[in-house]
Amino acid sequence: MNGMRIKPLEASKLHAAAKALYEAGGRVQFAYAWSPHGSGTEVRYICAVPDQQDFDVWTVAGCSLPSLAPVVPLLGWYEREMTDLQKIKFSGHPEPYPLVLREDDSTRINGSLKSYPPTNGHAHLPAIETRDVQQLPFGPIRADVVESAEFTFFYIGERIIYYQPRLFFKHRGMESCFQGQRPDHAVVIAERVSGVGTLAHALAYCEAIERAAKCTVPPRAQALRVLLAELERIYNHLHYLGHLCHTTSLKVGEAQGKLLEEKAKQLIARLTGSRFLRSLLTPGGLRRDLTPDRWLGAGLEALRQEFVAYVERLEASESHLDRLITTGPLPARIAFDQGATGPIERASGLDRDLRRDHPYAQYAELPLAVSTLKEGDAYARERVRMAEVEASFILCQRVLLLLEPGPIRTECAPPPLSQGLGWAEDPRGSLFYAVHIGGDGRLARVKIKSPSFSNWRAFPFTVHDTNMMDYAINEASFGLTIAGCDR
Amino acid sequence: MALWTLFGLMSGKATTPWPKDGANDGQDGVLGMPRYNPALCQEGCEECAAVCPTHAIQIQDGGLSVDYGRCVVCQLCTEACPSGAMEPSHDWAFGVRDRTDLVWSNDRTSHPAADRTERRAFRRSLHIRHVDAGSCNGCESELQALNNPFYNLHRLGIFFTPSPRFADLLLVTGPVTRAMFEPLRSAYEAMPEPRWVMAVGTCAVSGGIPGGNYACGTGLEGVLPVDLYLPGCPPNPSAILQALLMFLDRTPQRVRGGQIGG
Ligand code: SF4
Ligand code: SF4
Repeated sequence: MNGMRIKPLEASKLHAAAKALYEAGGRVQFAYAWSPHGSGTEVRYICAVPDQQDFDVWTVAGCSLPSLAPVVPLLGWYEREMTDLQKIKFSGHPEPYPLVLREDDSTRINGSLKSYPPTNGHAHLPAIETRDVQQLPFGPIRADVVESAEFTFFYIGERIIYYQPRLFFKHRGMESCFQGQRPDHAVVIAERVSGVGTLAHALAYCEAIERAAKCTVPPRAQALRVLLAELERIYNHLHYLGHLCHTTSLKVGEAQGKLLEEKAKQLIARLTGSRFLRSLLTPGGLRRDLTPDRWLGAGLEALRQEFVAYVERLEASESHLDRLITTGPLPARIAFDQGATGPIERASGLDRDLRRDHPYAQYAELPLAVSTLKEGDAYARERVRMAEVEASFILCQRVLLLLEPGPIRTECAPPPLSQGLGWAEDPRGSLFYAVHIGGDGRLARVKIKSPSFSNWRAFPFTVHDTNMMDYAINEASFGLTIAGCDR
Repeated sequence: MALWTLFGLMSGKATTPWPKDGANDGQDGVLGMPRYNPALCQEGCEECAAVCPTHAIQIQDGGLSVDYGRCVVCQLCTEACPSGAMEPSHDWAFGVRDRTDLVWSNDRTSHPAADRTERRAFRRSLHIRHVDAGSCNGCESELQALNNPFYNLHRLGIFFTPSPRFADLLLVTGPVTRAMFEPLRSAYEAMPEPRWVMAVGTCAVSGGIPGGNYACGTGLEGVLPVDLYLPGCPPNPSAILQALLMFLDRTPQRVRGGQIGG
């Protein structure tokens, strides 16, 4: 019960296995490499199988494998990352270029030595010779307070012909930070992978450690984890709505959305001591008990009412709606093939949510309405998030109503050489942690599969052949982070 | 649009007058840097130093040295300490001009940099260029919050500008990743003199959690000269406001020798 069903596989059988999985209605979630103690490198493919709580894990030994990217496109970036960081070779890869960082990148951090441009995600741009086509590189430092990334546009007049994001400027080697650390203290690292996903990262990490340790978290801690995770979703989606109004030039809508976000963060801080829900979770439960007295329920209800009125005004703002409807459509097929996740895939008609399909914490016992829409445009992405905020408010109130006193923490020490898989539905989609414990009881390898890594892969497909003036709106409608993607 | 205007007017004034005395800073309950009480420290214990993920607490000459410039506010030390010598606090307004003021010290006489009288008396507005040099995005989330109606940064004559050429202050977040080193340097080079640099968040001050690994430096140490340090993980918007106003000599520095009110 470590969240996985391990299935060793020979490299030559990979393509056949992928075909069988997809025919059965399954899907590969992510892949990573690690080196088990005392043996060579192993590549792992984590797969969702219909109606199965645990995930199938194919393990393939060796450093030289056939690429699965031609048949499972979402694996393209995972394979390139393995090539960069673990020197695994994939034959037949459709985009065999550096993605993250290579050892021979000679950028010097501390000034004195000569520095060279890094090769992260180096743009392999199409050769477009026509004179009318302009090429515009933008970034990695952009306007306003935003995260660093570089975008290249090929365009004629207002029309974007081709778009390529260059990411991983922010690669911080976060997975390597876990190595050699104590499993209990390392939650502090998980909390700092993506700040606005602090709780989801801590939760997925703790779930992985708990599965490795086969420990059962007490019900009160499970319930409070749901409360905290939904509070994270609420403030993130409120920010999203305010920011989307910024791009459609709806000034009051922007200010109101961001004020609602601020109110949510202040409620969260009053409950937990941290505006980002940090320093709360630990493998085995919570670090300390929380006392969500009546004020929290009342505060959330007041916030919900303001939110409902806010949404009504947004839905009546034609200038806002006009900019969103039909903007940046993501067809279900591309969403599926490229691995889009969370509100993005749900707005394109794919009905998946880890809270319902692979329940964790206390979700199995709670009423959860998963919203999907078919249109796949910016408006659908906005409406799915609006519906999710509503659902989160309901979940929070339900937890508060049912919350019983009791212990909030249990002993949790994963034995040497154990392993576990943990997951959570982050506000942006599916998040996974795979952990391997070394012979000394400390962390030997931690792999993080973040939702933004998946959604950045799908995003460019909605930009090719669109208008410049829609770009910012479309990007905002995806609600991507870069820290989570780059790690 | 009349609907929005009406609603905007009806909702009245949301903005906090912080850091004016007695004003609501909006940070009810927010935990800050752990407060160090040497008198309560048990000899030979060293529990806090053992758990601190960024070596903000180190054993030195049999006692502790506490560097808040490295603290990520994780609270592990306050849980590990058996005697209350590392105590949870709400001390988060930690902006300082001199790096040494972030290190706990009994000697709280001001450091020269903190007393500089030839302050750049900004009579005009302050323009800031932000550069994300590899943050976790927590720091950006709080920087973006500065423009929400509660903090309303504009009212103070402080603006973020897209162009380094019009910026007075380079505000950096993140530990400075390998790939962001060059773009960061170029942004600094593009600024007209006089120019100043602010490190926001523990990552930018000293590297934070990933600092010094294969992909990261240790913040702005050895990269750019820093005029204003604000550790925190992340520092909240009121802490950022306080530090910016302190830089403009419009409010006093609160921390000396690693202690508030020093
Ligand atoms: S709160 Fe600060 S000093 Fe204490 S353990 Fe965490 S990082 Fe170290
Ligand atoms: S200081 Fe903390 S919040 Fe800011 S970027 Fe670093 S880890 Fe994130």
